[in-house]
Amino acid sequence: MEDSEKKAPSVIDRYFTRWYRTDLKGKSCEDHCILQHSNRICVITLAESHPILQNGRKIKNINYQISDGCSRLKNKVSGKSKRGGQFLTEFAPLCRITCTDEQEYTIFSCIRGRLLEVNEDILNKPDLLLEKPSTEGYIAVILPKFEESKSVTEGLLTREQYEEVLTKRNQQEEPC
Amino acid sequence: MLSLKEKDRPIVRKLLCAGCCVRCVLRFCCVGTCSAYRRSYELLAFISEESSPQPHDASGEEKTDEPPNKRLRIDEGSTEASVTAAQTDSDICPVCLGVLQDFCDPTFAKQVSDAVKNQQYEFNSLVLTVSLPAQLSVREHSCWLHVKKEIREKSMCLGKEDVIQVKDAFKWAVQGKIGQELGAAVLANVSSSCEVSVGFMHPETEEDCHFLANTCPDCFKPTKNKASIFTRMAVVKALEKISEEKFSRHYPCPPKKTNTRCTALDTTCLHTSVFIAGRYNKFSRELPQTPWVIDGERRMDGSVEELIAAPLLSSFRADGKLCVGRPNQIRIPNCRRCVCYFQMTINQSSDKIRVRDLQIVTREATSRMKEGEEEKTKTYSALIWTQKAIDSTDLEFLANIKDLKIAQKTPLRVLHRRPLAVRPRLIHSMSSIYLDGHHFTLKLCTQAGTYIKEFVHGDFGRTKPNLCDLMKTNADILELDVESVDIDWPPAIPD
Repeated sequence: MEDSEKKAPSVIDRYFTRWYRTDLKGKSCEDHCILQHSNRICVITLAESHPILQNGRKIKNINYQISDGCSRLKNKVSGKSKRGGQFLTEFAPLCRITCTDEQEYTIFSCIRGRLLEVNEDILNKPDLLLEKPSTEGYIAVILPKFEESKSVTEGLLTREQYEEVLTKRNQQEEPC
Repeated sequence: MLSLKEKDRPIVRKLLCAGCCVRCVLRFCCVGTCSAYRRSYELLAFISEESSPQPHDASGEEKTDEPPNKRLRIDEGSTEASVTAAQTDSDICPVCLGVLQDFCDPTFAKQVSDAVKNQQYEFNSLVLTVSLPAQLSVREHSCWLHVKKEIREKSMCLGKEDVIQVKDAFKWAVQGKIGQELGAAVLANVSSSCEVSVGFMHPETEEDCHFLANTCPDCFKPTKNKASIFTRMAVVKALEKISEEKFSRHYPCPPKKTNTRCTALDTTCLHTSVFIAGRYNKFSRELPQTPWVIDGERRMDGSVEELIAAPLLSSFRADGKLCVGRPNQIRIPNCRRCVCYFQMTINQSSDKIRVRDLQIVTREATSRMKEGEEEKTKTYSALIWTQKAIDSTDLEFLANIKDLKIAQKTPLRVLHRRPLAVRPRLIHSMSSIYLDGHHFTLKLCTQAGTYIKEFVHGDFGRTKPNLCDLMKTNADILELDVESVDIDWPPAIPD
């Protein structure tokens, strides 16, 4: 967990707004955190409550090949307008993560937009995802359409709303 | 001093026969003196002298076969050659289509000058640009082939490049009068002056070019917006390619006469862009370089760009858009004043910035600035926060790092407007000043184009290696100052 000896806001606090999607596809606690930059670019990360980050789990494998015809690793963008990036909808899978306890989790896009890049560092070093899920362990970077920059977060929870969800869960004592 | 010689006589005769005007005759005789094209009555004296029998010529066979040219008669005796009703359509030169005839008269020059005056441009010098219809190149080519045949028979040579171009002849003919009317020098090159554009068109002969599309199809590219594919450049290219024999089969040599002359398009004026360079210092951390606007809403008041540009724009009375390439280089299209000292105005307008060495530079100089961005170095001073507690010994290793290679993916904060790429950069050297357990000042000398903030906090691990990696702790940048931009351009101007 990050030490909070800080007096000044972090890079994320300064530039990003945190949005959340909880219980993705009805699966309990599979929460994602979307970091939205003031320039509308979004970074998809695991929320701190995601099962992968609980109970000292270890990651066995991360796979960006989400179907026979589609690998997120093959995503290539060019030019300022990022031509060629795969267009994603909210429930487009980004990758599948298998833990050492054989539990499999799919990470989803959560927003509509053009995929700019996926994090290849976590392929080599899965611990990054466990240790720094909000920064170096990010999953993907997505660029929403200009016209949709604001509407893209409709349907997502704010930080406060997310914390309410967490509180409710604790009260119901749902282990993740 | 006109210099038509004996050897020119056969060319002159052939051209006059074909209906060419006086100035076109001079052109094909490669007369390169500007003054020759100005004074029509002088021209005519020589032409008629050359084309008619010399008094001392013994044979007397050189009598011109054709009847005295109507044009010659009309212009004779008048210093101000003017268009009279007697000039019939058949007098239009088939090569220049009239551009080197009536349009070289002082009346037209005055028309052009008046149009410029009406647009209220201020300038000391101007450049004249002429745009001619593409078919003139075809007619020129045809006439040249016609003349060439004659020359060859007399075993002489006439290269196409030796022939004076219609554009040049026109400029030589009119620029004196235009310059006089406007009280300005007419220059040959485009540099910080007003550009006066005169254009001509000739709808009647537009189809002259069309045969080239069949003979040299690869010269003509399809165009958008239904614009004609017969651009001047494409036509010239095709004429270079086509063989003499093929050309002669498709197009008459000499060119056929026409019923109408060219029509002049409106004269337009344009100040060539003025480039201003300088150096600036920014004294406020709350001032962005360029206006910060999100969704039409201004996030922070003012910007370096606006502070520098505002006094310039109003003084220049510039229209159109102002382009600020980099903060210390501003391009102003269509400005109507010459530059004096705006430095003082800018410096007096705000205490948040200071500019110096403000000067006009050439367009070429802008590439020097771009070069500087790639090659030069910059020195920075940054206030760093570290998550783990540090003491001064923890910082010592930084001074020993020289020419550290880093790879920076396009930072997320600019990724919306820059292409995604990995940029290799060098951190030449660093030094540090310990402040307290979680803060120190980091001085860095880096390759130009390095993103310092991302080097410090790592940008989600997309800049590697970064200061967090080096110091094995989370780190963030609280303040960043540019100490120097190590480029020796623009040249310093003493106060």
